[in-house]
Amino acid sequence: MTALLEIRDLRAEIGGRKILNGLDLTVNKGEIHAIMGPNGAGKSTLSYVLAGKPGYEITGGQVLFNGEDLFEMSPDERAAKGVFLAFQYPLEIPGVATLTFLRAALNAQRKKRGEEELSSPDLLKRVRELAKKLGIDPEMLRRPLNVGFSGGEKKRNETLQMALLEPRLCVLDETDSGLDIDALKVVANGVNQLRSTERGMIVITHYQRLLDYIVPDVVHVLAAGRIVETGGKDLALQLEATGYAQYQNEAA
Amino acid sequence: MNAGIAAIKTEAETGLADTYAAARQELPGGPAVAAARAEAFNIFALGGLPHRRLEAWKYTDLRRLMKDAKPLAGAPDAAALGAARQAAQWLSELGARRIVVVNGTFVPALSDLADLDEGLTIRALAQGLVTDEPLLSADLGTLLPHNEPALALNTAFAGDGVVIEVAAGAEIKRPIHLLFVTAGETASAIFTRSVAVIGAGASVSLIESHEGPEGSDYQVNAALQVQLGDDARLDHVKIVREGGAALHVGTLLADIGARARFNAFSFIVGGSVVRNQMFVRLAGADTVAEISGVSLLAGRQHADTTLSIEHAAPGSQSRETFKAVVDEAARAVFQGKIAVRQQAQKTDARMMSRALLLSAEAEVFSKPELEIFADDVQCGHGATTGTLDDQLKFYLMARGIPAKEAEALLIQAFVGEVIDTITQESLRDALSAATLAWLGERG
Ligand SMILES: Nc1ncnc2c1ncn2[C@@H]1O[C@H](COP(=O)(O)OP(=O)(O)OP(=O)(O)O)[C@@H](O)[C@H]1O
Ligand SMILES: [Mg+2]
Repeated sequence: MTALLEIRDLRAEIGGRKILNGLDLTVNKGEIHAIMGPNGAGKSTLSYVLAGKPGYEITGGQVLFNGEDLFEMSPDERAAKGVFLAFQYPLEIPGVATLTFLRAALNAQRKKRGEEELSSPDLLKRVRELAKKLGIDPEMLRRPLNVGFSGGEKKRNETLQMALLEPRLCVLDETDSGLDIDALKVVANGVNQLRSTERGMIVITHYQRLLDYIVPDVVHVLAAGRIVETGGKDLALQLEATGYAQYQNEAA
Repeated sequence: MNAGIAAIKTEAETGLADTYAAARQELPGGPAVAAARAEAFNIFALGGLPHRRLEAWKYTDLRRLMKDAKPLAGAPDAAALGAARQAAQWLSELGARRIVVVNGTFVPALSDLADLDEGLTIRALAQGLVTDEPLLSADLGTLLPHNEPALALNTAFAGDGVVIEVAAGAEIKRPIHLLFVTAGETASAIFTRSVAVIGAGASVSLIESHEGPEGSDYQVNAALQVQLGDDARLDHVKIVREGGAALHVGTLLADIGARARFNAFSFIVGGSVVRNQMFVRLAGADTVAEISGVSLLAGRQHADTTLSIEHAAPGSQSRETFKAVVDEAARAVFQGKIAVRQQAQKTDARMMSRALLLSAEAEVFSKPELEIFADDVQCGHGATTGTLDDQLKFYLMARGIPAKEAEALLIQAFVGEVIDTITQESLRDALSAATLAWLGERG
């Protein structure tokens, strides 16, 4: 069976700085992988490289998504194929109403996949349902995307987008940061509802608490641009106690 | 007069002089109007076409940009009238009263003059000129102190246009759409002068649109003079959608009374060379003026927005916001001046111009100016020039929106901020749709 995502010996630089240094990771359908690791280790970089953010130079390795070379695709093509990144820092886009954006995104993806576009009333209905589940005030949908949203509201909004777009691979970059305890449960709940045998997830987090709600199948430690340790759910608990000091040597 | 002759050098200048010599007897007007025309022509003759060494025309050198003078357009023929019937269909949803001017001639037969609201009169400028009607001949006279070369040419040559009068206190519900259409195979020169006199406490909405054939290098010089009475309100929207080879020189002269509300918006999408100049005088106290505009430029288009707003009385507020989207090798110019007279204390004026460059070849020139003689005022201006934000574009693309569409969304958002200030919804929708159409044509 082809893996959903297969990353082999990935090396990437930005501005001449080596950030990813031979990273290997395989995610199969139905699996949830957690990635933890010290600040600056390259976790967000990995997520950006997967989503296709310009500015990174891929200096080695390969990424296959359902067997296809991800680097051959533009960011929008990747999204249409089912790659979704929930940003660590969602951007504010003045002048673009959240609902307009959601409609443009969903219909662009559907169009690219040769599917029928969703009518405005149908879309509105779906978005409203999802917003309700995620505790998002429907009024916010009329506001410009993320503009003036609180940190927690932005993260909920990312989760809303993910739920609406129903991607194949969800990469959540610190979706838990900035959320209060209740919001954390709501968002985790939203993510859990997307758990499916057809879908894989990479959950980047600093806090094992999130993993109490979104229970991973595998936990990795990413340090200095590589996966340096892989284990089960208890690895996260163990890290809570020991920190990352033990991996600093490998980083060097 | 010798100096004047000396100033006339280029083919276009000589052509204009010849045209004037041949046409002056036939141009409508009694002795007073004829005198005003002669004086105006002399202003032109002394200076020639405006050129880059004149500060106000620094970026729009008509001496260079205007290759020749076209013959004055004659009365529209059947073909031109037919074309005018099909014109501006994209603005047909406005529910506005259409007043049609074809090749510079007001055409009542194509205009909706039935059931005029009480207190509203609409008529041809030419009639009033012939009888030397004091309102109009005095008007032409008062324009001269500006010594403004483009306006001087307008005064010298304008044969017709529309005169709109709104009686004091009249509230005109239905917007009036002045539709200026150029039609015909041979390129001609079209000079129109329109006048709107809005009485105290009256209100009206005026849309002015200009269009013409794609391939023809016709020349339009259109002036509109507005007198807005005390406590009156005018919403004015000007749309320049001339053909791609056309030259459009437009002048708005507005005199605003006390406690009046003046909204002016200009939307420039067409034309090869466009100069849109506005001279607004807030003559009365406590007025509120909002003057804004959007230019969408591509190819080798050149569009110059020049605004001068004078706060002449205390307590008025003005906001000026202009946005330009400049693609390919196009050029946008914004010159904005806020002048505050000594007696205009408590003035609150803010001007902002923003340009978005979509190509490395695109150019923007921005020149804001403040001239303040009062001491208790709040004035500010700013200008920005930027490119599309790559981070935002990536965020949109990461959600599946293709590059071109992502750019379109960001550009729409950029201009939407100004378009959304238009109060009439159908007009807002029409301009948003025109923006979308423009974006759709981007290569
Ligand atoms: N444009 C850039 N130019 C140079 N270095 C960069 C650039 N962007 C990121 N980096 C560096 O790359 C390294 C990895 O950053 P990244 O954001 O991937 O870390 P992270 O693991 O997500 O950290 P955190 O846990 O703090 O979110 C950091 O040292 C960062 O400073
Ligand atoms: Mg990070």
